[in-house]
Amino acid sequence: MTLQKLLLLSFLVFSIGLFGVLSRRHIVALLLSLELMFNSINLAILAVAWAHGWLAGVVVVLFGIAITVAEVAVGLSLFLLAERIRKTTQTDDLSLLKG
Amino acid sequence: MTDLLFWLFAALLVASALGVVICRNLYRAVFCLAAALVLTALFYLLLTSPLLAAVQILLYTGGVLTLVVFVMVMTAQTDDRRRWRKPVWAAILSLAVFAVLASHVGDLAGAPHSGGLESGRETGMALFGSYIVPFELLSVLLLAAIFGALAIARKEEGS
Repeated sequence: MTLQKLLLLSFLVFSIGLFGVLSRRHIVALLLSLELMFNSINLAILAVAWAHGWLAGVVVVLFGIAITVAEVAVGLSLFLLAERIRKTTQTDDLSLLKG
Repeated sequence: MTDLLFWLFAALLVASALGVVICRNLYRAVFCLAAALVLTALFYLLLTSPLLAAVQILLYTGGVLTLVVFVMVMTAQTDDRRRWRKPVWAAILSLAVFAVLASHVGDLAGAPHSGGLESGRETGMALFGSYIVPFELLSVLLLAAIFGALAIARKEEGS
């Protein structure tokens, strides 16, 4: 287990999550893929902290987890609002800003 | 031993991450995400940070996924018939991002690691010592997120 392998793993999970964010049609599925990306970033931060003995890395990852929780709460409430008002669960139907 | 565990957890983590983006049924995708988060907690254990592993399982897997499942219970449609939009382009773009990121990993030529992180006591002292201001700001952020979520998702009177 080296830093390079851990970073490669985290980048791979990040790319999988990016694929999900770019291509999934359901809003909740998009949020789940976003979680995956956040999670891989936390893993990368902790891997670097582990390799360099950087104690504050644990604190940074703790903050990252808490910020992700806030983001999920707001995202899910936006999803509930979109479902109630626009009667849709698909990202394709939320195209008000499209020119 | 650690190498064996690393490869086992890595294979399982990539498989469950793929499950999140592939599964048509959203409940299956949520459980794949739960598996990915628990596996990340196991990686935190391997990286000698048991405190973070506990926080990851309690807060992430326990809290966030319960929230997601609750919201999905309230929605009618949890199956995605057409799950992807332009998957080829998305795959090309994410592979390109991975290639760019991975090409820089080689620059980090084997930094010798100092034998792990001390967790628990030191983390608590740092959190309530040098990092007390960001910690308090974080609680304000969480409060704002709670109010925002309530204000957005609240039903208007008479609608």
